[in-house]
Amino acid sequence: MTDLLTLAGVHTHIGRYHILHGIDFAVPEGQSTMLLGRNGAGKTTTLRTIMGLWQASAGRISLDGQSIEHSATPDIARLGVGYVPESMAVFSDLTVKENLILAARDGPLDDSRLEWIFGFFPALRRFWLSRAGSLSGGQKQMLSIARAIVEPRKLLLIDEPTKGLAPAIVVALIECFAEVKRRGATILLVEQNFHAARELGDKVLVMDNGMIVHRGEMAALATDVALQERLLGLSLETHQ
Amino acid sequence: MTDLAAPAALPKPRRDILPVLLPVILALAMLPLIGSASSWVTLTVASLAMGMMIFIMASGLTLVFGLMDVLNFGHGAFISVGAYAATLVLLPLAPYVQADSLWLNLAVLAPAAVLSMAVSGALGLVVERVLILPVYGQHLKQILMTTGGLIVAEQALYALWGPQIIPLPLPTSLRGSFIIGDIAIAKYRLLAMLVGLIVFAGIQLVLNRTKIGLLIRAGVENREMVEALGYRIRRLFLGVFMTGSGLAGLGGVMWALYREQVHASMGNDLTVLVFIVVIIGGLGSIGGCFIGALLVAMVANYGGFLVPKLALVSNILLMVAVLMWRPRGLYAVTSR
Repeated sequence: MTDLLTLAGVHTHIGRYHILHGIDFAVPEGQSTMLLGRNGAGKTTTLRTIMGLWQASAGRISLDGQSIEHSATPDIARLGVGYVPESMAVFSDLTVKENLILAARDGPLDDSRLEWIFGFFPALRRFWLSRAGSLSGGQKQMLSIARAIVEPRKLLLIDEPTKGLAPAIVVALIECFAEVKRRGATILLVEQNFHAARELGDKVLVMDNGMIVHRGEMAALATDVALQERLLGLSLETHQ
Repeated sequence: MTDLAAPAALPKPRRDILPVLLPVILALAMLPLIGSASSWVTLTVASLAMGMMIFIMASGLTLVFGLMDVLNFGHGAFISVGAYAATLVLLPLAPYVQADSLWLNLAVLAPAAVLSMAVSGALGLVVERVLILPVYGQHLKQILMTTGGLIVAEQALYALWGPQIIPLPLPTSLRGSFIIGDIAIAKYRLLAMLVGLIVFAGIQLVLNRTKIGLLIRAGVENREMVEALGYRIRRLFLGVFMTGSGLAGLGGVMWALYREQVHASMGNDLTVLVFIVVIIGGLGSIGGCFIGALLVAMVANYGGFLVPKLALVSNILLMVAVLMWRPRGLYAVTSR
């Protein structure tokens, strides 16, 4: 299996703070890779650096063989990268429809793809013409994810999508990501909800202090309680 | 109830119409104080006309502020340059301006306005590339660069056209007033109101009915996310900057005709007024800018009539009052 995304020796500085300390990892094409770690480990910074929102100060990032560490964010997005930030960042002054129209870069909205999205997130159909700012937190998250998948993307970078959401919504999100993966997208997902991570992940990366401290199969981590406790401070079993 | 089983309809967002009503309330409140109905109508029409012209000048600045967080203290240069550019058409074709034919007058005014917008828009392109591009995200440097740019532009106008004030008489058919009973309504003020309304409607149409407009609205709110969706917001900003500069040029011609004179410092003189309007309206809000412009003009006109000594500070007082009520302006769009 080929790697869609690779990071080699990537460092990121934000102001005078050195956040990422030479991280190396690869995201295999067509698989879900979970990026785990405690708060402040550098997970969000990693996604933002890949997306070009913060420039890597050293190292190499390549997408599908193309070097992108010096590319501007719009150019990276146009290579087929969808981004769901932790803050969701829906455009609250725009309607649900307008948010999705903007996300559909390549032309008008595809009705069949919309129906597919509405299958996971029926609330979006119901509130199609409502301002995004008036949606609940869960509905904003649905919209943020819908925006990233309204057109087929090679790679999805998703930052803590289940944070603060009701269990029923988390189930819908997991189903959605699984289906997106089945359709061929590659996912790099930052997650604190270990249950969701185990459900979705093929591969796992664990970060600490701006470095990758573990990489491997998700299934192996899910069954190794001692490793979970050593890397993450708690086990999947106790978290469920 | 979870979000998946959401209710059939969201509670309708509360429409914030109080700012829209403010100019109406203010105008009605002034009627008993002014006493004479004819004076009130004259002052109100003058306020609406002046407000529309200020709106045209300020509309681009509010989008530039809101979209890219750029403090352009040189916006007044576009106003002055626009007015001077119009003289290139209006002065050589003075016989047509003075002809007693509305169509001949408009046939001269239209190309003058187009030239003003084109020259100011082109200057906007140069200013954005040369002065603003190197100082994105650095407010202090933006203030220094754009203020310096304004001074250079003003001195360049003096060098090219000389220090004297250039008279710019109104076209013959736009002179005088329509008389209705004992109420006189100046013809040019009606034209200014009409142009202002057309510009306002045009901007609203673009912002609400086109993808470019959606991008501008989204960019004002969160430009980083717009870029993450694959749009080059710098190009969008350049387009907005040039359009805003062009509109400032159009406002400059209209203001010059209103005052029947052109001078190099007119843009500088209007800069404070334009900034007050942008701040009152809320950075990035076209609707807020429109209402803010009307309020500023009303306070200036009513205030000048009722308490002339207060006229100089009336707009500052208005801004203080609005910001005490709504610290981010009438319609807050950005979080800045």
